[in-house]
Amino acid sequence: MRVALFLTCVNDTLYPDTGRAVVKLLTRLGVDVDFPMAQTCCGQAHYNTGYRHQAEPMARHFSDVFGGYEAIVTPSGSCGAMVRELYPRMGERARAEGRGDTLAATLAPVVPKTYELTEFLVDVLGVTDVGAYYPHTVTYHPTCHGLRSLGLGDRPRRLLQSVKGLELKELPGADECCGFGGTFAVKNSDVSAAMGADKVRNAESTGAEVLCAADNSCLMHIGGTMTRLRTDMRPVHIAEILASTEEEPLS
Amino acid sequence: MSGGTFVGMPSFPKAAHEAVHNQTLRGNLRHATHTIRAKRANAVAEVSDWAELREAGKQIKDHTLRHLDRYLVQLEESVTAAGGTVHWAADADEANRIVTYLVKATGESEVVKVKSMATQEIGLNEALEAEGINAYETDLAELIVQLGKDRPSHILVPAIHRNRGEIRDIFAREMSEWGRPAPEGLTDTPAELAEAARVHLREKFLRAKVGVSGANFMVAETGTLVVVESEGNGRMCLTLPETLISVVGIEKIVPTWQDLEVFLQTLPRSSTAERMNPYTSTWTGTTDEDGPQSFHLVLIDNGRTDTLADEVGRQALRCIRCSACLNVCPVYERAGGHAYGSVYPGPIGAILSPQLRGTQSEIDASLPYASSLCGACYDVCPVAIDIPEVLVHLRERIVEGGVVTRDGAKVVLKPAKGHAAERAAMRAARWAFGHPGALRTGQRFASRTRRFHPRTLPGPGKAWSETRALPTVPAEPFRDWWQRTHGGNKSGGGAK
Repeated sequence: MRVALFLTCVNDTLYPDTGRAVVKLLTRLGVDVDFPMAQTCCGQAHYNTGYRHQAEPMARHFSDVFGGYEAIVTPSGSCGAMVRELYPRMGERARAEGRGDTLAATLAPVVPKTYELTEFLVDVLGVTDVGAYYPHTVTYHPTCHGLRSLGLGDRPRRLLQSVKGLELKELPGADECCGFGGTFAVKNSDVSAAMGADKVRNAESTGAEVLCAADNSCLMHIGGTMTRLRTDMRPVHIAEILASTEEEPLS
Repeated sequence: MSGGTFVGMPSFPKAAHEAVHNQTLRGNLRHATHTIRAKRANAVAEVSDWAELREAGKQIKDHTLRHLDRYLVQLEESVTAAGGTVHWAADADEANRIVTYLVKATGESEVVKVKSMATQEIGLNEALEAEGINAYETDLAELIVQLGKDRPSHILVPAIHRNRGEIRDIFAREMSEWGRPAPEGLTDTPAELAEAARVHLREKFLRAKVGVSGANFMVAETGTLVVVESEGNGRMCLTLPETLISVVGIEKIVPTWQDLEVFLQTLPRSSTAERMNPYTSTWTGTTDEDGPQSFHLVLIDNGRTDTLADEVGRQALRCIRCSACLNVCPVYERAGGHAYGSVYPGPIGAILSPQLRGTQSEIDASLPYASSLCGACYDVCPVAIDIPEVLVHLRERIVEGGVVTRDGAKVVLKPAKGHAAERAAMRAARWAFGHPGALRTGQRFASRTRRFHPRTLPGPGKAWSETRALPTVPAEPFRDWWQRTHGGNKSGGGAK
């Protein structure tokens, strides 16, 4: 199966380890992974900040770059939700503005074949035990767009529970937002920071070494808060845990 | 009268700054919202057809709003036929003038009030006070707010920001100014506080000749108004006075009693986590020798028709004021209700206030950003208002401007000031994302200069780095690694 990795601009620029982990994991599972070099950004930050019209050319570009693949896999719940939930809405809004069906038709092909990583593993490949090894205590934070927009449900937890050596600890208040929220983190920094600090305190209360999530933007906020609060925990993307094996453990 | 108003409120982030650092308030709100949040989840989970009820509620509201013109006329005819009088108010001033005139016509200078969001929205108590009429709030929480010269901070539990000790102090200090004083040696036990309020209010109920209420629903087919409450104080106000004046937003109509049935199931479970609320009062016009002999219904628009004109934003008018979205909102929990600068706080307030009032003021222009778009509000809403969708829509209205309806006329809004830097940054980012080569150059520059990156940022970046460490830029972006290791044989990019 030939699959395009939609890494996201944040991961490409700041978290290449997550990208390498996805490539390693999918290759191990027999998937032929490609990284289309023309990919840039899905437009989520623009859309959610109120710049929908500026997000449109970015969505069209996304469709141009990824439209030819059988499946598009992304290690980000919120960017996945942008394509799956908000691209159709952008098409509808363009139609409501009297601009016809062109945008909706351009974006339609990529919508159903875009998968968040854990969805792709569980639903498309049909695996929960990916042969991973990670001898640490981990608590899992379900990020909002993965949880509520994509409805990832227990897929990430099932994957983590099958990892050899991994002990999963329940995170109190897991469903509550960490407070990142894109530009919200800066526009309402007091509330955002308070939410982040509460999330970190809840994570600490589990005694886990690692806080895991399926979205590095949220982990950037949570991890940055951990550093400032001088916490011993570290944030790790789920792809890096699932890519880790006994032969090549995640350092 | 209530000393606090919402006029000239600062922006949401400024107001929230105070609240976030008030430990007592944070504790009060955390305790209250988490308790009700868990109870609501249980009350909803035990209904097997909740998803269907939610969808039915949404569709009934959407149908009614689509044919609001017809149902409003039907309601007026039904109310009139049942012995009531209907008045139409385009805005808050007109509604206040009508109510003041109606109270004055009775010769009274006191009214008792049922808890009502609509009368708070129009500032009725302040308008009556200016004309020498005292309005007494009789809902327990509203009484606490009124005696404390405070502002409500929650739709259902207006005094949620107060704890028992604070309430005891307010009662002991203020009750004597308004009527029967609090008993000597009042403690902060719930039973004693409730008894003090009961005795204080009983005097008001028995003396009052005029009652003022809102309504949760108005049934168009019979002209029946419905008030849903827990304490029974509302029923006292609705039945004891000789004159009853109800002030209700035009969107509160349901066509039939059969439609009402849906909301009488979803509202109590969503708001107080009860299977059924203790008191549901319904009245249809007047009845000889039973209850108020004079009934007036004041229908208020106050921005609702303008809101209805917006295809995306109009879903906010489905709201049945259950407050489930407040109780589940992580931003509300930390910022508190007052930061929203409106009688409608929380997520629903963040989309309702800027539509009813427009986005001109500092507070209204900041409300659409008072959310991390986590979506918890949409999940719990019993009429499926997609609050994140409307928030983003209103952000667009602020940064891009565009055509909106104000006072029934189309006007073109200019893009808001104060977003110039953001707009430029978004435009620059869009340009870079349209040119992968430029993006790559930027990424490489960031990687090569990473030793020199500061650990904290100046200016607007400080809002991030004050409480969060900056991410470390890697030695090379992913795309460079990919090209080094996988380059050439595939991944040409572009359309395939």
